[in-house]
Amino acid sequence: MADHEELRRLLQDALGVESVTDLTRLSGGASRETWRFVADGNSRVVQRQRAGDERDMMIEAATVDAASRAGVPVPELLRAESSPSGSFMILDAIDGETIARKILRDADFVDARAALPTQLGRALAAIHAMSSDAVDGLPEADPIAFYTDVLDSLGQPYPMLELVRRWLLEHRPTTGATTIVHGDFRLGNLIVGPNGLRAVIDWELAHVGDPMEDLGWLCVKAWRFGQSPPVAGIGEYEELFAAYAEASGITVDADVVRWWEVLGTWKWAVMCILQASAHLSGAVRSHELAAIGRRVCENEHDLFLALEGRW
Amino acid sequence: MVNPHGAPGAIELVEAVREWIERDVMATSEGRLRFHARVATNMLAMVEREIELGESHAVAHAERLATLGVADDHEFAAAIRAGDLDDRLDEVRTLLRATVDDKLAVANPGYVDD
Repeated sequence: MADHEELRRLLQDALGVESVTDLTRLSGGASRETWRFVADGNSRVVQRQRAGDERDMMIEAATVDAASRAGVPVPELLRAESSPSGSFMILDAIDGETIARKILRDADFVDARAALPTQLGRALAAIHAMSSDAVDGLPEADPIAFYTDVLDSLGQPYPMLELVRRWLLEHRPTTGATTIVHGDFRLGNLIVGPNGLRAVIDWELAHVGDPMEDLGWLCVKAWRFGQSPPVAGIGEYEELFAAYAEASGITVDADVVRWWEVLGTWKWAVMCILQASAHLSGAVRSHELAAIGRRVCENEHDLFLALEGRW
Repeated sequence: MVNPHGAPGAIELVEAVREWIERDVMATSEGRLRFHARVATNMLAMVEREIELGESHAVAHAERLATLGVADDHEFAAAIRAGDLDDRLDEVRTLLRATVDDKLAVANPGYVDD
């Protein structure tokens, strides 16, 4: 309760409101947590980052703000503060569903599923219309080099991931454009209502790079959550590409998106190894994290599928 | 090899724990606990399959590595990265396909049909 009281006061001061009630924790990880609350009758969300996290929440807040101005559906940013005890940002709360399984299977989302492939294409076009210098301080890194370093730091050999790494290096597309990239655009990070997309959230992995990265990541098999259609488990490539092209004026090269899909599947494998290592190193003892380590072979299988006829 | 431990064996012991979680824990739990119990039963089923198949998979994997002239996965991974197997990549892919199939057979045999 002491924690609640401290947070309540912090929110009250930050927003300059009379009352903060109904504080409910939505999720929490090792480095950040998300709470929903009501401030003077309005539903809000606060994301808190613990001290010591390397990522700068002020950059994320600036990105959400820039995205809003660029016409991307995002929750309105109300306040962002950085302090030695940890940063936080307060956003308008948007009702809707984020759980992929429900969006993909529940009858409530039949119309949403029909509308989403086109809406996702348009939202991505709006994100990528932001120029790479629209937000100061966004990182720009070579994903192959970055995740190779992560893999090497974990010290376990994965021959299949080495083979795919070589394919990625040899087939790397020439970057057509450099824009702001969301970095984790998929079900789970999208608020969906009965009519489809309401907001794009979780901008913490936003960076500067090839916009096709976001399209490829959205098609990674893990983000189809067991469904067959390639785009988020909902739509066909052509639907996404057509909506994106219409909104952005940029014709999508399917081979380039496929390269990013392979990169994304490879990257997700490294992230699974990283999660299991958090358990193995003792940082976070968790049987759930341990189990994720054995999902790497699913990614390896997916890589064979994605590369069939392309080696 | 004669196993001195008698019955129940390792597979039966793990199976018994898994069945208890499925029968008693999952039936009376919900939310996060039920989800974590489900994860635990999946992991125990994985252990059962590894006990059953692990030895033959290890033999098959050692044969595959010997074909390529590498001692273990560390050497295998390093050789691919260094380009030392570039003239044998078709073979490497075929061998890795077999290894990934074995890993899936233990970790999640239903995955391929999903």
